[in-house]
Amino acid sequence: MLSVVDLSKTFNPGSVNERLALSGVSLELEPGDVVTVIGGNGAGKSTLLNMVAGVFPPDEGKISIDGQRIEMFPEHVRASYIGRVFQDPMMGTAASMSIEENLAMALKRGGKRKLLRGIKRNDRDFFREKLSLLGLGLENRLTTRVGLLSGGQRQALTLLMATLVTPKLLLLDEHTAALDPNTGQKVLDLTEKIIANNNLTTLMVTHNMEDALRIGNRTIMMHDGNIILDISGSKRENTTIPDLLEMFRKASGREMANDRMLLAN
Amino acid sequence: MSASVWLGVLEQGLLWGVMVLGVYITFRVLDFPDLTVDGSFTLGAAVAARFIFEGYDPWLGTALALVCGVMAGCVTGFLNTKLRIAPLLSGILMMIALYSINLRVMGSKSMLSLLRMDTIYTDVTHLGVSANLAVVTLGLAAVVLTCYLLYTFLQTEIGLALRATGDNEQMIRSLGVNTNTSKIMGLALGNGLVALSGALVAQYQSFSDVGMGIGMIVVGLASVIVGEVLFGTKTLLRTLIAVVIGSIVYRAVIALVMRMGLPTTDLKLFTAALVILAMSSPIIKEKFSARQARGKESGESAISGRP
Repeated sequence: MLSVVDLSKTFNPGSVNERLALSGVSLELEPGDVVTVIGGNGAGKSTLLNMVAGVFPPDEGKISIDGQRIEMFPEHVRASYIGRVFQDPMMGTAASMSIEENLAMALKRGGKRKLLRGIKRNDRDFFREKLSLLGLGLENRLTTRVGLLSGGQRQALTLLMATLVTPKLLLLDEHTAALDPNTGQKVLDLTEKIIANNNLTTLMVTHNMEDALRIGNRTIMMHDGNIILDISGSKRENTTIPDLLEMFRKASGREMANDRMLLAN
Repeated sequence: MSASVWLGVLEQGLLWGVMVLGVYITFRVLDFPDLTVDGSFTLGAAVAARFIFEGYDPWLGTALALVCGVMAGCVTGFLNTKLRIAPLLSGILMMIALYSINLRVMGSKSMLSLLRMDTIYTDVTHLGVSANLAVVTLGLAAVVLTCYLLYTFLQTEIGLALRATGDNEQMIRSLGVNTNTSKIMGLALGNGLVALSGALVAQYQSFSDVGMGIGMIVVGLASVIVGEVLFGTKTLLRTLIAVVIGSIVYRAVIALVMRMGLPTTDLKLFTAALVILAMSSPIIKEKFSARQARGKESGESAISGRP
């Protein structure tokens, strides 16, 4: 499905701020794979996702989806394959526009935009039906400006928008990290439901090790721009959080010195 | 004030209102502080005036002015999106470049008089509209048509993408929109309207002047802000109407202060002060209410005897 081969990226090359973000990462995802990505700060998790999404071009390496090479495509072209939810709940929606307008824009992801009415006659019923699946009562607030919603509501809406047109690949970048624990759990439950219903191939960055082992069928750990651990199947099932910390220590020769990751457990 | 003064206010409010709608598109919808406006307003005036001066059809001249404004907006968009020049600087560069271009358009003269020439206003009087209502009729037609078209356009698939580009660029790119294209489109649309307004104004005052666009962006901002504050932004249609009314209110205020003895030469200073006041009002309000709250607190503590 998704194939990443020898992907490298250095930020600010030749300057004092030079930083190797990815060093020759390779990754293969089968259709329907739900892969959680963990790792410390600056490990390259977000960089990997952003490179797949096309936020910046790679220095070296290939990215393809279903055999189609995409690494030279700009972000907006790759959007026809990829649905994304960001860490910041404000990032995924347009605050000054209504819920139905936001959904209408999401409905055109990957399609050609024309001078036709943005919201068509049958769209509203479809939007209501989809919104009711979120269980937040948003189906009765189609014309409400998104800026009036809470962070959790906006994140749930972003999730719906990212999957309204079924993407080939769903990218979730710590999308519950900025929410309070309760809301974060709700959004995570919704995420699992939507992934399962649509059988979505997913790459999900998380800082919560428990979620990382529980959600999906495969977990990868990143460190210093490399994938240092890739577990699935029975090996993953028998892995506990202390195991994960130990594996990290062995693979990287360091303690998992990330307060946020430790506190999250 | 007499009826003729009020008629003048209405006329000017409507004709400059088309410019204000253009500024609304770039400044509010696209969130792009576009200084091209100062140049493209004059460009529209110059193109229409030269065209009419040479004896061609004034309607064609007005349409051509709009096209030239669109092109100017496209260039600003190109500077910003393709050459990665900051928005403010892209606009300033175009504004300066247009100054020379406008002089060329007007045949290297700083002023081009249209006295006793056929304009779109004299043209409609031939159709039976009374001479003193010709400007209001055409101005109203232009504003209503522009509002209607903008209202419809901003709700199309492309229009939604344009609004989202100004609201949240990252988000709309992740939904498959080339934001460079939508920025260029918005700047073209905005400057097209500004140039159209310039053409309408030049024919209204019977001349085009190379300096007539100076400070136009500030006038536009003043009108947009006044309109939004007075009439609200609850819906898209309401906002569009609000900014046009803002343009009329602005002209009324100008007419009033001039009656009260403000010299014409101080107009731009007055307009700048008006915009500063409007833009800083949230902070002033905040400071004021904070001081009030503190005043209350210290009053209470004085009564209860706490330090």
